[in-house]
Amino acid sequence: MIEGQIPVEEYKTGNTRHKWDLEKVKRAHRVIAEYEYKKDKVWRGFANRTLYINLTKGEIKEKKVTEEMKKLFTGGRGFGLKLMWDSIKPSTRWNSEENELIITTGPLCGITQYPGTGKSIALSISPATDIICDCNVGGFFGPYLKFAGFDAIEIQGKAKHDVVIIVDGEKGKITVETAPLEETNSHVLSEQLTYMYASEDSDKSRQKVSVVSAGKGAENSYWGCLNFSFYDIRRKVCRLKQAGRGGLGTVFRDKKIKAIVAKVEHFDGLSNNPADPVKLAEVGIKLHREIRDLDRYQCNMRAVGTSHLVEIMDEYDLLPCENYRFGSFPKASKIYSSKFYELFTKIIPDGCWYGCTMACAKTVDGFEVMTGPYKGQKVTVDGPEYETVATGANMSIWDPKWILEFNFYCDTYGLDTISTGTAIAFYMEMYEYGILNKERCDGLELSFGNYEAVLEFIHRIARGDKGEFITVASKGIRRVKDWLKKKGWGDPQLIEDCGMESKGLEYSEYVTKESLAMQGGYGLTLKGPQHDEAWLIFMDMVNNAIPTFEDKAEALHYFPMWRTWFGLNGLCKLPWNDIEPADNAETDEPAKVPEHVQNYVDLQNAVTGWNVTKEDLILQSERCYNWQRAMNVWLGRGRRKDDWIPYRSMGPVTEMEYHSRRERYDKQLVEKLGFSEKEVENMSVKEKMKLLYEYRQDQYQKLADAVYYRRGWTPNGVPTPQKMKQLGFTDKKMLDMLQKAIDEDEKKGLNVWGGKYSKGEKPPSIIPRYWEKW
Amino acid sequence: MSIKVNGREVDWVENETVKQLLKRMKYTFPLVVVKINDEVVPRNLFDQVTIPDNAKVAVIHMISGG
Repeated sequence: MIEGQIPVEEYKTGNTRHKWDLEKVKRAHRVIAEYEYKKDKVWRGFANRTLYINLTKGEIKEKKVTEEMKKLFTGGRGFGLKLMWDSIKPSTRWNSEENELIITTGPLCGITQYPGTGKSIALSISPATDIICDCNVGGFFGPYLKFAGFDAIEIQGKAKHDVVIIVDGEKGKITVETAPLEETNSHVLSEQLTYMYASEDSDKSRQKVSVVSAGKGAENSYWGCLNFSFYDIRRKVCRLKQAGRGGLGTVFRDKKIKAIVAKVEHFDGLSNNPADPVKLAEVGIKLHREIRDLDRYQCNMRAVGTSHLVEIMDEYDLLPCENYRFGSFPKASKIYSSKFYELFTKIIPDGCWYGCTMACAKTVDGFEVMTGPYKGQKVTVDGPEYETVATGANMSIWDPKWILEFNFYCDTYGLDTISTGTAIAFYMEMYEYGILNKERCDGLELSFGNYEAVLEFIHRIARGDKGEFITVASKGIRRVKDWLKKKGWGDPQLIEDCGMESKGLEYSEYVTKESLAMQGGYGLTLKGPQHDEAWLIFMDMVNNAIPTFEDKAEALHYFPMWRTWFGLNGLCKLPWNDIEPADNAETDEPAKVPEHVQNYVDLQNAVTGWNVTKEDLILQSERCYNWQRAMNVWLGRGRRKDDWIPYRSMGPVTEMEYHSRRERYDKQLVEKLGFSEKEVENMSVKEKMKLLYEYRQDQYQKLADAVYYRRGWTPNGVPTPQKMKQLGFTDKKMLDMLQKAIDEDEKKGLNVWGGKYSKGEKPPSIIPRYWEKW
Repeated sequence: MSIKVNGREVDWVENETVKQLLKRMKYTFPLVVVKINDEVVPRNLFDQVTIPDNAKVAVIHMISGG
């Protein structure tokens, strides 16, 4: 028996012990809309049509994907943005009738020859941010949607009662059915529907069904995530991958969607009908071998998944501990990947789509639930990934089992572990300062490390508790900041500085205080502080490879564009740089992993038959990136003020934090601000903190100046019509809207650089309206 | 006497190997590429190659991150 491997006789999970009368559950369904479509094959990676469903009107129709759409928007997230642009209004908010929930695929989605190719991209207007949020998620749904006949599903309107939407690729039929009797929580619901819609009572049939769902927590918070299932034929369990950020699960439940089911008749490695299957196989085999030979010496993803990052972040002072106050903690070794490795089930392959040799989707099987409605049941817990483990550090929870409990309930309730964990960490800090207390927290003792209170908090959210704190706190940090200030509790500046949100979205789990570039990687983003656009901490803080504002701006141009590309194609980012060729270090630009970039050029050409270069890949992304930013402007945001970040992500908010890195900060006052060591010695900590505060805020503004300029935007962060035309866009409505926004900013005096430039320094351009000279 | 490690000035220690320097800098991450005066040091020589005075040392952490 290998360590961590549970005996075969115990290899059962709570998920598989349920007995339902599925016939009875299904008989309660009532079809409220249906549509038959002509089945057709996917060609060169595209189904060439999207599916539109209006739940208010009961309307279902197909939309054609044009060659122009492919040229300008590529696929995936790009298609989602285009569909939303055509359907929503500038006044649309998350719970508006016309808000859409879109799930897209991408031309490379569903190939099985290369690792990380089963991703879906979900988009909607977020309840947290009032702008579009996009999430990249694994599981089988995306490929099945495409093989059933659609590059995207676009859902508008709201149903009157809970419904399931079935995309039946076997029969060529779409139905919307009321679903009154199913469970709502995802680990149960996904299993019920997988069994219900599988064509036969066999594992092979269940494997051809994938379910998207969100749980009771998604209904009652702004943190709703979407769970995408895949039936694990070896574990005989529906596993879940999450589209976590921005509350898309909340939108899902607001539309009264209980689940979306996609099923396929048949698929294989050639279901995309690629232009050059031989090349596809050739590129794939190369990477499979690389992973097989090198992963164990590099990230060890096959053994522990992304949790390998926990110890690295702790050792480099980057692991968020106690609401990002600290970057390491004496107890952190209790949650290192080795501790989770002991709990992970080994031997069984862990890919979330076929052909992924990286197989980083780990599980703990037979986990006995300790609290809440499923207490005492044995379940399969997917993960935890790095981000979820790190929320444990942020809440000062150092017991892997309680992190698993948190992980399990967040998933099944449809709560994003990142937003939930980051927000609770903030509430805990406020509790420590007495700004919150037991009475103000509806009886919860939300002190750091109190895992029972954490679980009770999320159970109450799932139950729809109407207590004042639970109601506000479940809407996230931004709303709690406003609530605390309205109540007159605590110092408003302290509250603003400590609450780790930007644009209304909670931070993901990295301490950025000593990396200006990563501050930009979180703040100068489209949807908010999620690390999927750029992860530059080591390149900036440790390697010191991007020392100037121009260097950082170049990195904050290239990497967000590059990473955007995965979402256009239905790909996972991990096989790009979580495995590297043996000779990568000797290349000119090792951070870009040039050989893998070439793999992606080859893959896109091999599937679509296009003839793209690596520069074309960046151009594809740049179009999408600028379009999304422009839509943010259209929705009333997307300006410099919206790229604001809290001071906790820039530097020390409290004296305790200053003391924890005193040497570093004192040194900076000497080296960067020009004070003598004697002067620094004679200053109080308060004085030093104030100087550092002003300096670091100004550094961030200068970074924003450099980045906006590099991206071809105005000094207020608006993409210019000239830039959009350069990218190939001619949409008059878009170009006119941007010009109007720029003119309005001009009238308000907002088209000016944000940094304070002293003698010898200069902003990126001294020419007013420089973009008009292009 | 000093060396530069990733652009930052650090004291030079006589006969210090690459392995020892990494330990001193608390660079525990295993996947690093080390260059001394722009020459790559093979990983298997980390415990043999010593750092000369005034050297420019680049310790590139090949970390992927989130």
